[in-house]
Amino acid sequence: MEPLREPIRPLTLDVSGLPSVAFGEHNTTWLANVFYMTIEGMMFALMFATYFYLRTRVQHWPPGHLPPAFTYGLANLIVLLLSVVPARLAQKRAPSGNLRAIRIGLAALSAFAIVAVVLRIFEFTVLNCRWSDDAYSSAIWVLIGLHSGHLATELIETLVLLVMSFTPKMEGTRLADVAINSDYWYFVVISGLLMDFLIYGTTRFL
Amino acid sequence: MTESIIEKDRQVTRLTPDPELPGRLERTWRQHGGIWGWLTNTDHKAIGVRFMVTAFIFFLLGGILAALIRLQLMRPENSFLGPDAYNQIFTMHGSTMIFLFAVPMMFQGFGVYVVPLMCGARNIAFPRLNLLSYYLYLGGGLLMWIGLLTNTGPDVGWFAYVTLSGPGFSPGHRADIWAQMITFTEVSALGVAICLATTILRHRAPGMTLNRMPILLWEKLVISIMVIFAMPAVMVASSLLLLDRLVGTHFFNPAEGGDVLLYQHLFWFFGHPEVYIIFLPGASIISTLVPCFCRRRILGYTPIVVSVIATGFIGFGVWVHHMFATGLPQLSESFFTAASLMIVIPTGVQFFFWMGTIWHSRLQLRLPMLWVFGYFFVFLIGGLSGVMLASVPLDTQVHDTYFIVAHFHYVLIGGALFPMFAGLYFWFPKITGRMASETLGKWHFWLFFIGFNITFFTMHFLGLRGMPRRVYTYSPDMHWQTLSAIASSGVIFMTAGVIVFIVNVFRSRVAGEIAGNNPWGDASLEWATSSPPPAYNYLYPPTVNGRDALWDALPDQPVVVGLRDDIRETLVTHSLDTEPQHKDEDPGPSIWPLLASLTISATFVGSIFTPWAIPVGAPPVIITLIGWLWPRGHSPTPMRGRESWSH
Repeated sequence: MEPLREPIRPLTLDVSGLPSVAFGEHNTTWLANVFYMTIEGMMFALMFATYFYLRTRVQHWPPGHLPPAFTYGLANLIVLLLSVVPARLAQKRAPSGNLRAIRIGLAALSAFAIVAVVLRIFEFTVLNCRWSDDAYSSAIWVLIGLHSGHLATELIETLVLLVMSFTPKMEGTRLADVAINSDYWYFVVISGLLMDFLIYGTTRFL
Repeated sequence: MTESIIEKDRQVTRLTPDPELPGRLERTWRQHGGIWGWLTNTDHKAIGVRFMVTAFIFFLLGGILAALIRLQLMRPENSFLGPDAYNQIFTMHGSTMIFLFAVPMMFQGFGVYVVPLMCGARNIAFPRLNLLSYYLYLGGGLLMWIGLLTNTGPDVGWFAYVTLSGPGFSPGHRADIWAQMITFTEVSALGVAICLATTILRHRAPGMTLNRMPILLWEKLVISIMVIFAMPAVMVASSLLLLDRLVGTHFFNPAEGGDVLLYQHLFWFFGHPEVYIIFLPGASIISTLVPCFCRRRILGYTPIVVSVIATGFIGFGVWVHHMFATGLPQLSESFFTAASLMIVIPTGVQFFFWMGTIWHSRLQLRLPMLWVFGYFFVFLIGGLSGVMLASVPLDTQVHDTYFIVAHFHYVLIGGALFPMFAGLYFWFPKITGRMASETLGKWHFWLFFIGFNITFFTMHFLGLRGMPRRVYTYSPDMHWQTLSAIASSGVIFMTAGVIVFIVNVFRSRVAGEIAGNNPWGDASLEWATSSPPPAYNYLYPPTVNGRDALWDALPDQPVVVGLRDDIRETLVTHSLDTEPQHKDEDPGPSIWPLLASLTISATFVGSIFTPWAIPVGAPPVIITLIGWLWPRGHSPTPMRGRESWSH
């Protein structure tokens, strides 16, 4: 571009034709959600590190406890894995604004999340330790508690979106939120798998 | 790709000024008036200034505590403060300066005010999250200071090591208040990190590609990412400490399989990156001011950016040098010595290119630049004693002495406070529309600079003579009184300097010379709009043609048109090449961030006293968050119709 010699009016870059909603990585909330998952992921990573650090402090692991019983945990693992299907359905159908598919996806995801929360309550009853017993028990309880907090948050968020999908508010950027909600659900599932590996797996096999 | 769009339109349309556009934009973007307007304000400029003013008030409070400490240590066997009051005061001084002043001022305050303007954006991304972050920060500050005023001030040092801070040695709620203050301030910093990183990656002006991004934006991006990775560590540390104290977990209790060093690892995994979270904003101000006052482009743009990124990485690999005295394996000591020495390299690279930029330039030694030179002098001394301390034998010898106190005050005051004053004088005209007094500013500088060096340079010698930190008094037999008295005398100069600064601010904002848009002739975008900027920042959002946006602008540099003026529409561009991608809508003022911060604060504060605060506090928090996020206001418009979505 050659500089022009005389003061003249600026040129224009007209953006009026650009869309007002973006899905996927172009959405600003999507990016914020990635940052949020990074923060929460760091929390989990540091708790995992804490768990393994404490493990080096004692000779036997679990120290004087039976490992947490895997019955409800196994059931919950299956529920979490299956729940990815409705989460993906809602995410795939959100951009097209297909309200029926979105409602079905969100309703099914909510149902899975409710079952997961109920199973989680039972999981707490078979941990075979109490948080105040020793450092091992504290770590087990905080790990499962941390994940349960995320599970409950995600259930509430999904329920809110489900209710919203029955109102005229479910348009434009809210549809992008449905897709982002599914991303966050995957995060809850993956962190749940890792947590299960720690509290059910490493107490038995490692 | 950006050039292609600019090029395409260049042949088509020139701007036809619309005399009524400012009025329409003002109506759309203005905030509510009165107290309601203050409580609901989502304008990044107002919140940025609010962060700065609040942080500065905490700086003054922390400074008063420092003066009390120096008064107590002025002579041996002084009975001005008792041991209990002294413990609270030095803990509060450190915690206030780090968590309530340094980070909120340097990262949040400057970042929230400057970054959106420098990007050419109409507002920060997620302005309501930004407002919530401010309220939570304020809540954390009030919690800790109300604690002190009710004789419940934290008294376990600013890093609250277990076992001292554990349930066995710190009954009562002093340590709990410290731990929850951490939660408040770290959630605040994390919220702002998300806002700033998203603003930088998604709201830059068309043409401001990554390769043309001002160094300040690079640094804010790196710092935001550091905050996102580092702050969770201190939240985990302080939360586990709270759980140990409140519900009887045993994370840090060696008798039940816990470990005290685990706390130190978690704390310093945050704590050392924190040093760079405080120092890099200072460096970003230096990299902004040096080229401006040298009237030339910065030398070594790419090496400086690489150095900043390298600092961000290496900063996570040096935390154990805070723990050299804990008897760790020699191999890990050697590793962390090497890493601590290595991090000098990127800082040295930045120093080299700042010097190179100044060398043979047409230097204008204006007031902000005076502070930059103060930074060079003070930070360099702090950096050099830092190189000494990276060596394990020397660190072990002077561990927990005043040598360490001298070192980190040179680094933190040099790395944060001097650039802060440089930055405040630099952006003062943009914020207020008026110039600060150079004469008063020079008095401020010299008083502060001399006072600072009297106080803290002396502490090196006190440390080498074995004076430990955190002792409330000492015997005359130790022969520390002369040096202690000299160190205390510097406080008089620093106090006088800060008073001159306050006078200058109050005087200049009403009687200072009118500044105009760009009083320093700087190159970055915030100087392209009026001082102070209007609510909508830019009448026409700018585009960028080079690294120094205003210096490289064409006479007919394109401006962005086509954003709606009846709703708060903002432009979203591609993270890398800033190709315009879509339009977004700024959510506007709201009371919900305040309500959410109140419910969150009540839960946090309640959990100091009982674990039931979490289940009882959760429903109100959830209700306020749903209230916040539930869409309301105008119905969808054709602009937001489904036909215009990008898939």
